[in-house]
Amino acid sequence: MATTTTDDVLGYDEALTTFDPVMGLEVHVELGTRTKMFCGCATEFGAEPNTQVCPVCLGLPGALPVVNEIGVESAIRMGLALNCSIAQWCRFARKNYFYPDMPKNFQTSQYDEPIAFDGYLDVEIPAATGEGTEIFRVEIERAHMEEDTGKSLHVGGATGRIQGAEYSLVDFNRAGIPLIEIVTRPIAGAGERAPEVAKAFVGALRDLLRSLEVSDLKMEQGSMRCDVNLSLRAKAGDDPTSPEQLAVPLGTRSETKNVNSLRSVERAVRYEVCRHAAVLTSGGSVLQETRHWHEDTGVTTSGREKSDADDYRYFPEPDLVPVAPSREWVEELRSALPEPPALRRKRLLGEWGFSGLEMRDVINAGAIELIEATVAAGAKAQSARKWWLAEPSRRANTEGVDLATYAEQVGITPEHVAELESLIVAGRLNDKMARQVLEGVLDGEGAPTVVADARGLELVQDDGALEAAVDTVIAANPDVADKIRGGKVQAAGALIGQVMKEMKGQADADKARAIILTKLGVEG
Amino acid sequence: MADLTRDDVAHLASLARIDLSDAELDTMVGELASIISSVAAVQQAPIDGVEPMSHPMPIVNVTRPDEVRASLTPEAALAMAPASEIERFAVPRILTED
Repeated sequence: MATTTTDDVLGYDEALTTFDPVMGLEVHVELGTRTKMFCGCATEFGAEPNTQVCPVCLGLPGALPVVNEIGVESAIRMGLALNCSIAQWCRFARKNYFYPDMPKNFQTSQYDEPIAFDGYLDVEIPAATGEGTEIFRVEIERAHMEEDTGKSLHVGGATGRIQGAEYSLVDFNRAGIPLIEIVTRPIAGAGERAPEVAKAFVGALRDLLRSLEVSDLKMEQGSMRCDVNLSLRAKAGDDPTSPEQLAVPLGTRSETKNVNSLRSVERAVRYEVCRHAAVLTSGGSVLQETRHWHEDTGVTTSGREKSDADDYRYFPEPDLVPVAPSREWVEELRSALPEPPALRRKRLLGEWGFSGLEMRDVINAGAIELIEATVAAGAKAQSARKWWLAEPSRRANTEGVDLATYAEQVGITPEHVAELESLIVAGRLNDKMARQVLEGVLDGEGAPTVVADARGLELVQDDGALEAAVDTVIAANPDVADKIRGGKVQAAGALIGQVMKEMKGQADADKARAIILTKLGVEG
Repeated sequence: MADLTRDDVAHLASLARIDLSDAELDTMVGELASIISSVAAVQQAPIDGVEPMSHPMPIVNVTRPDEVRASLTPEAALAMAPASEIERFAVPRILTED
């Protein structure tokens, strides 16, 4: 069901003539540990309901939690990768609230002693000048450890939504899965590029965490979730980074929950800018509230207002002892961090020899890892780029998923693309046939060689057949042949097309051209 | 410390999902205030130079390896619930109609 809203919105450009946006992003990452944060229950996604629960994660009386060491290790590695300081000593805290998805009636989290704090992530955005890219630094306030909640199913009411439901059914398999919450400091100075910065930050964070292999980071499955805080303040001049602008006090913020794709992060920021601007220009004041994001219609609607319910009465968790990572361990983890994606990108750019524009397309398509793996499987970098950015990228866009996710869904691998390229190099396929083979692979028909065999796609290697086809076509088109003899070489295109038709597409067009020209006594 | 007010108690009761009648609220304000003032005696302890203690045991870093242990069966887990349906815990309506 489409969600509509009665909120007024101002045009984005108009909003930006009067206001300066400031954002705060909170990203929850579900760790890919085998077990939950405080108990040994498995964490398999999609398991039968309530098969991965125990007295600890159900909050039964007397159950004692014990911290997952990989949970702590992952949190520290994430903190280090985000250039954070790592706490010498920190505790867990109880965040008290009643909600059926949290059976303990509190969430075990961290409060004033996060495991990691004071970091930053540099993200690459299109330059203000419109040419090339520039670095925008997003400061990280903290990254802390906590646990996920259960999943509810709402019964009754028309839509399966929580509003109007008669009752709800809860599956606690997800309750207790380790979460790391990463919180930025207010992101100011982005000006009109705020939506792009938000998207770039979440994208860069995902790349970074992917390199750490701490989570599968599937936004569509909820293993990475983003909350977008946004406020507007009066604009003070044209430079969003000027001291005058940065000195303007922040406006009231809204918090849009569960924005679960990169594109939605960008859209949600943009929408909230327009909505806040409409409220403020009409003389109203923005309500500090939670908003729900609606992917289908691209709008947010009001959730609950911040109220008493947010009085969480944090206190130190008495059932868990403090976490005090030794400096030796922290340094060991630091020295074992993988090469940061941004540096890796720069290195690969050098190795691959792509132009800046080509590299940007590759980055935007999220194809770096795929191309890297394809090159490792034996293809040339340019070919790998060409094939991944063609049909697979187009289809991924249509599906609204990133390229890697799409590739996984349809089962196309870097090895497939390398194989496709090798078929071309071996002269078995021409470019056009290779495109058809690639489509076959994407349609689930199997590996390139299998598709080519099944579809009978193979260049005719028999020059005799090709020469015969050329003779037929020349005989059928004496006028065109005369033009070519007279030096109008470009007219050969028409004949090549007919030769290819004669050959049912299974000929090498370059070779056909060469034969035509030779037969007509002209040099190509 | 500031006195405990009737509003404080009403607020805490609502956070804790406890319905209190007006008479109970009055009783609670008196009783809780008396409990707090008794406990407040610890504030007179001389703590200069004493490190805050967060846990009675002087230990840190108690962790377990990331190894799966057997969970409860769903039957056992759900047997403790007042109501269940399709292998899930049934809970009352979460949001009131709005």
